[in-house]
Amino acid sequence: MREKVIIAEKLTKRFGDFTAVDAISFDVNKGEIFGFLGANGAGKTTAMRMLSGLSLPTSGNATVAGFDVYRENEKIKRNIGYMSQKFSLYEDLTVRENIRFYAGIYGKSSSFIRDKTTAVLQRLHLTGEADKLVKSLPLGWKQKLAFSVAIFHEPRLVFLDEPTGGVDPVTRREFWQLIYEAAAEGITVFVTTHYMDEAEYCDRVSIMVDGRIDALDSPSVLKQQFGARSMDDVFLKLARKAQRTAD
Amino acid sequence: MFILLAMPVVQIIIFGFALTNEVKNTAIAVWDQAGDPAAVSLIAEMEASRYFEIDKAVSSREELDKVFRLGKIKMALVLPARFGSDLGHFNKASVQLIADASDPNVANTLTGYAAAVIGDYQVRITQERRQPYTIKPEIKMLYNPELRGAYNFVPGVMAMVLLLVCTMMTAITIVRERETGTMEIMLVSPARPLRIIMAKAVPYFLLSVVNITSILLLSVYVLDVPIKGSLLLLLGESFLFTLVSLSLGLLISTRVASQQTALFISLVGLLLPTVMLSGFMFPIENMPLPLRTVSRVVPARWYYNIVRAVMIKGAGLATVWKETLILTGMLLFFMTVAIRSFKIRLA
Repeated sequence: MREKVIIAEKLTKRFGDFTAVDAISFDVNKGEIFGFLGANGAGKTTAMRMLSGLSLPTSGNATVAGFDVYRENEKIKRNIGYMSQKFSLYEDLTVRENIRFYAGIYGKSSSFIRDKTTAVLQRLHLTGEADKLVKSLPLGWKQKLAFSVAIFHEPRLVFLDEPTGGVDPVTRREFWQLIYEAAAEGITVFVTTHYMDEAEYCDRVSIMVDGRIDALDSPSVLKQQFGARSMDDVFLKLARKAQRTAD
Repeated sequence: MFILLAMPVVQIIIFGFALTNEVKNTAIAVWDQAGDPAAVSLIAEMEASRYFEIDKAVSSREELDKVFRLGKIKMALVLPARFGSDLGHFNKASVQLIADASDPNVANTLTGYAAAVIGDYQVRITQERRQPYTIKPEIKMLYNPELRGAYNFVPGVMAMVLLLVCTMMTAITIVRERETGTMEIMLVSPARPLRIIMAKAVPYFLLSVVNITSILLLSVYVLDVPIKGSLLLLLGESFLFTLVSLSLGLLISTRVASQQTALFISLVGLLLPTVMLSGFMFPIENMPLPLRTVSRVVPARWYYNIVRAVMIKGAGLATVWKETLILTGMLLFFMTVAIRSFKIRLA
C-alpha cells in the first residue's frame, strides 16, 4: 500500500448554522497530484484551510503528513507549502529577497538557501532578474516564482489554491510543468482549480458540491462513470445539482 | 453613515461645552503664615469664588514644592506672617501667588483670576472701613519663569509623535500584509504568531527611539527646554509609552479588515482624544465628569503628566509611580488582547 500523505475522515466545518464542509472523507497518496474541484462556495478553500492548520475542524479527523490537525498543527506547518489564491510575494522586495525571506521563516540554513536559490533561479530562467523587484515581473513569472517559493523548503506536501487564476494558457502549461517536476521529486500536490483542462492533468480529482465530495477518482474513470467526454461535462453534471448559490 | 452624522454632534459638544480654558473650581494650595483675621477672610474670599477650591493647606516650603510636583494643584496662595499687621498698620500688604507654569496659558489665566479676586477683596474692605487698603499680589511662575510655550508643547508633541508613529504605522502594517495575502503565507508557515508580532513591532520601536532622541536633543539645544529630572527615567518612561502605543497599534490591526479602517481608527479614535483629552491643549480639571472619565483611558494623558513632571518639574519616580503603573497595566492589557485575537485568526 502506498504511503498516505492526507487522510481525512468525516471532516466537517460549521460556521453557525452553515455547514461549509460536510463530513468529507478522502486520502491522498504520496507523490500524487490531487485535484480538488468545486464551484465557488462549495467549500474547497475551507477544507484546504483545515488541512493546512489555518482553521480548526468542527468535527471529524484528519492527519496531514502523518500529523493530527487538532494537536500537531505546528508540525504540519513545517511539512507543508502553501500558495494562496492571492498573489502573495512581497512586491517591494526583489526576487532574491523574497526567496531568502520565506526560506528563512522555515528555518533553512543560509548555505542551503544560497545553493538552492541559484538552482531555482536557473530553473525559472530568472537569473538575470534576481535583483529586480517582484512587482516589475509579469504575472505568469510571479506565479511560477510563488510556486517555487512555496516548495523551496522541500515540504512533503504543497497546497495550491487556484494557482493559475488569470494566467494565460501558455504560462499555465509551463506552470503545470513545474508541478509535474515537484511531484516527480516526491512532493505531493494538492491543487484547487477552476480550469477543467487542468483537472485532466491530475492523477485523481475530487469534486465538491455543497460541502460534500460527490465524485472522486482518476479523470478517465470519472468520465466513464458519468458518460462524459471531458472533465468539463463531468463537472457540469455534478454542479447542476448544487443547491447553494456561488459566493 | 453613523460616523458622518455623529461626528459633528460629538465635536460641537466636546469643543463648545467641555473643552474650555476657563477657570472653574481649580484646586489651589494655601500657605497661611499669618493666621490672623485678615488672612482668614481673604482665604474665605478665595474659597467663596467659584474659580478656586482650596485643596490643601500647607505649612512649609518643602510641602509646597511637593504638592506642586505631584501636580495636584496648579496654584498656591502664600500669605506672609505679617499680612494682618501690615494691613492694619500701613494699609498695605502683599501676598504671593505661585503658579505652575509648566502650562503657561493656564498659569497666566489662574494668576489673572486670583489677582482679580484679591482686587475685589481690596475694594470691599476699602469701602467697608473707609480706608485706602492696598493688597499687592506678587506673582511667581514656577518651573517656567519666562512663560515659554515650549515647556508645554514639548511633552505634548512627544506624546503625539510617539502615538502617531507607533500606533498608526503598526496598525497599518499588519493589515497591509493581510490585504496583500502575505499574512496567510506567514500563518501557514511555522513562524509563531508572537514572533510575527514582535518582528512587526521592533522596527517601529527603533524608529521611536530615534524620534525620542531627536525631540529631546532639539528641545534642549534649540528650544532651551531643560531636562530637570533624570534623563534615564524620562527615556525609560518614553520607551514604556512607545510600547503601549505599539501594542495598541497591533491590537487595532488584528481587529480590522482594511488599511483604511486601521488608519481611520488610529486617527479618529486615537489622535483626536490624544490632542484633546491628554491635558495638552485643554486642562482636564475643567472638563465635565464624563470627559474626565474618558480621559483616564487615554494613554497619552498619563505619559504627558509623566513627561511634564520629570522633564519640567524635575520629579522622580516617587512622584510618577502611579502613572507608570497605569501605563504598564495598559501595555499588558493591549498586548494580551492583541496576541489573543491574532491567535484566534490562526485557529
